[in-house]
Amino acid sequence: METIKNYFFSDMGVMLGRSIRHIFRSMDTIITVTIMPIAIMLLFVYVLGGAIQTGTDNYLNYLLPGILLITIANGIGYVSYRMFMDKQRGIFERFHSMPIAHSAPLWGHVLTSLVSNAISVVVIILVALLMGFRSSAGVLSWLAVAGMLALFTLALTWIAIIPGLTAKTFDGASVIAYPIHLLPFVSSAFVPTETMPLGVRAFAENQPVTLILETIRALLYGQPVGNDIWVALAWCVGVMLVAYVFAMRAYKKRV
Amino acid sequence: MHNQAIQVKGLQKSYKELHVLKGVDFEVEKGSIFALLGSNGAGKTTIVKILTTLLKQDGGTAAVNGFDVAAKPDDVRQSISLTGQFAAVDEILTGRENLIMIAKLRHLENPRQVADDLLNHFGLTDAADRGVSTYSGGMRRRLDIAMSLVGKPQLIFLDEPTAGLDPEVRIEFWQIVKELADGGTTVFLTTQYLDEAEQLADRIAILHEGRIIANGTLADLKKLFPPAKVEYIEKQPSLEEIFLAIVGKKEEN
Repeated sequence: METIKNYFFSDMGVMLGRSIRHIFRSMDTIITVTIMPIAIMLLFVYVLGGAIQTGTDNYLNYLLPGILLITIANGIGYVSYRMFMDKQRGIFERFHSMPIAHSAPLWGHVLTSLVSNAISVVVIILVALLMGFRSSAGVLSWLAVAGMLALFTLALTWIAIIPGLTAKTFDGASVIAYPIHLLPFVSSAFVPTETMPLGVRAFAENQPVTLILETIRALLYGQPVGNDIWVALAWCVGVMLVAYVFAMRAYKKRV
Repeated sequence: MHNQAIQVKGLQKSYKELHVLKGVDFEVEKGSIFALLGSNGAGKTTIVKILTTLLKQDGGTAAVNGFDVAAKPDDVRQSISLTGQFAAVDEILTGRENLIMIAKLRHLENPRQVADDLLNHFGLTDAADRGVSTYSGGMRRRLDIAMSLVGKPQLIFLDEPTAGLDPEVRIEFWQIVKELADGGTTVFLTTQYLDEAEQLADRIAILHEGRIIANGTLADLKKLFPPAKVEYIEKQPSLEEIFLAIVGKKEEN
């Protein structure tokens, strides 16, 4: 029906407004997606940073891209949680018995994830600026960084939607968050990979988080991005497409 | 013009091996209250889900307000609303925000006004700006119904609406349903409480083992039994009557 398609974006806007309210009213979410990353940043810069050798004068400059990815990874469990709650509490049934586009509630969650992560990332960059983070990047490079972070967010969001829709229990819905939380720790987020034992190093250097990190570092500090950016993009887009297909299938089947 | 709000013919649905609906037929007249009775797992919710376009049937046809549920789901959704077994309200939003959200999703002109009117009608104005998580069971149910009435749908589905509610709230709820029907809304109700059907329904259908085994007015159904014998008995108040009498007195004081 024509009218329902015309309302898709306004319906999605209503869904976005709803989930954003959920986030701003959940102290737990705010702590996890902003306070915790800031605390990790303070801890690494002012407690551990002095002893870490990264080959740069400004450890915060080295650290910040990793903190941004940790921020996004931290928020991902809440995507599963919000999906699961909507399914469990019957809100999806209410929406789907109403004359709105069938996928509007799902896209509302995706958009919420993008918007809320963008807010966290901006807050953390502002705090980092206060702490002495400096970048030589121009507008284009910053846009490229924003795009990279958005793609990373989308890829993780679509992964998180799958257990949110398919899990039978709350614990099952949120379990996906743990391996995702760990990924940035086994990467070049905190320290260069050279000092790691061989097996760990091989994993760390080839996993997508490191590739994304190195790309963002190159963009922020005016170094050549090389091939990393294409491999990083391929990872993000590839993971996103696969997760999207499974998430959509689960959504059509279960909701 | 159709005089039927719902027409169901030969409706079938299976979940894997389990044959839940084996050919269900019934019709619901516009403006009436129709109660579907059945024990747990009889398939009442399955029928509601098919009629509200949440689930596709395996066989048979169903039309709601003249629109086939499988072929024209968008038209069906335009004219119905569903109140499920659990109060499907957003816990984190306030009562007012819940109503405004639904009004926006129904693309109404003035969502705030619609919300205010419904809050007022259901006695929720004082609690309007509190989070729903602080509401009592009765308030939650009232909000749930209010959300279903946003945009004045012609037909409302109530799937076991009073399960788990205390007696006072149930009676209050019955009052709301009667008012709805007086205002011309068709009400499709499923319940396992026989007194609820007796109190409310113009027609009652009994779903048993995948088929409608009886369908008629209360008087019709009573005729299925042998004629009543006149006996004189001393009427003891039921516990429900005692409870309500005591609680009622408390409130008057």
